[in-house]
Amino acid sequence: MADTVIDLIQPGSSLNLGIGMPTMVIERMPAEKRVMIHSENGVLGVDGRPLPETVSPTLINAGKETITAGKGASFFDSALSFGMIRGGHIDFCVLGGMEVDRHGSLANWMVPGKKVTGMGGAMDLVHGAKQVIVMLTHFSKAGKCKLVAECELPLTGERVVHQVVTERGVFSVGNGQFKIEQLAPGVSRDQLGIDDQWLA
Amino acid sequence: MTSEPKVFADAKSALFDLRDGISLMSGGFGLCGIPENSIREIVRQGIRDIHAISNNIGNSGRGLAMLLKQHQISRATCSYVGGNPDLEQQMLAGEVETTLVPQGTFSERIRAAGMGIRAFYTPAGAGTLVAEGKEVREFDRPCILEYPLSADFAIIKAEKGDTYGNLWFKETARNFSPLMAMAGKTAVVEVEQLVELGEIPAEDVHLPGVFVQRIYQGRDYENVVEIPVYAPA
Repeated sequence: MADTVIDLIQPGSSLNLGIGMPTMVIERMPAEKRVMIHSENGVLGVDGRPLPETVSPTLINAGKETITAGKGASFFDSALSFGMIRGGHIDFCVLGGMEVDRHGSLANWMVPGKKVTGMGGAMDLVHGAKQVIVMLTHFSKAGKCKLVAECELPLTGERVVHQVVTERGVFSVGNGQFKIEQLAPGVSRDQLGIDDQWLA
Repeated sequence: MTSEPKVFADAKSALFDLRDGISLMSGGFGLCGIPENSIREIVRQGIRDIHAISNNIGNSGRGLAMLLKQHQISRATCSYVGGNPDLEQQMLAGEVETTLVPQGTFSERIRAAGMGIRAFYTPAGAGTLVAEGKEVREFDRPCILEYPLSADFAIIKAEKGDTYGNLWFKETARNFSPLMAMAGKTAVVEVEQLVELGEIPAEDVHLPGVFVQRIYQGRDYENVVEIPVYAPA
């Protein structure tokens, strides 16, 4: 899935990576793509991971994981960081999700009565980045498809998602439907768990 | 070190006028860049009914989570609870009244307070629970009216600071700290290195000292690496 996401990112662009699954993209991003990776806690130019002897407690990503900064990197405060996002200066963002619906609405920050993680920077990212990609497993642990007709969980943003990447395929969202851009090898349309009327 | 009106000997002398019921901003993202000495001192003082304003209100049982453990915090304003079981439990039990704010709105509200901006509109949170009870106005898309966020005290940490309060931050430890120093009525800064005027080149000052009221040399920093992830050997 990380490689599928990487294929969607244009060379030379700026990219914000959300917490969780999207951080897998860091380690697999080829250097020759010259992508500047942004992390909203205040760094543009995330490079990869440190060695135990070079680790710095003051150099982390939004998931609080240790990182390294590459040549051309910069550090800044949180307001400038979100200005980059809200101001439309970040080309792509990749977020995790609990539900995405056919209108492009996303839910990823709380399950009422069960779990609250908080929205962190996700509500700003979905309105700021030029292309919003959601990366998630196709089905929940209970076997429910996370690509739904209408989100039931509290929203992170309304009509904000452009593309969805799961282990079963790549989908773009528009006109109230999930448009199949690509199916994973061996996966057919009827194995997606999405009502046929919402599939294009 | 020359005696300057802003320079204090330690956390205890710099935080001499805290009281129950204050609003308190604390810099740091997770445990990165947290003011360890000031937090330890507030734990020692045991003041209560604090309104804590910080991105995470501590994490992994450390930082401001030490104040949560002692039930010193009654209100919290933050953007992220994940990784902070002390807050999640006290929030769900109704012990800490928690307001979750989108992180960009959180940082901009704090910046606005420091910069004298009276309000602003942002699309973040439109059409979500965050918009409930707030004015919504249509620009290129629906936007929410948000107000500044200030505090009685801001406690922050910088890598280097001089006796006027000019600050220099290391790597991603800057995060919310300069904004909070601007928004706090009294900004109390602790530093790894307290230096003389001129030792931080003027071009490299990240926050001018005019925003800082008190500064002291910190000690015994843990600088915890919260989630170490290493390159494959």
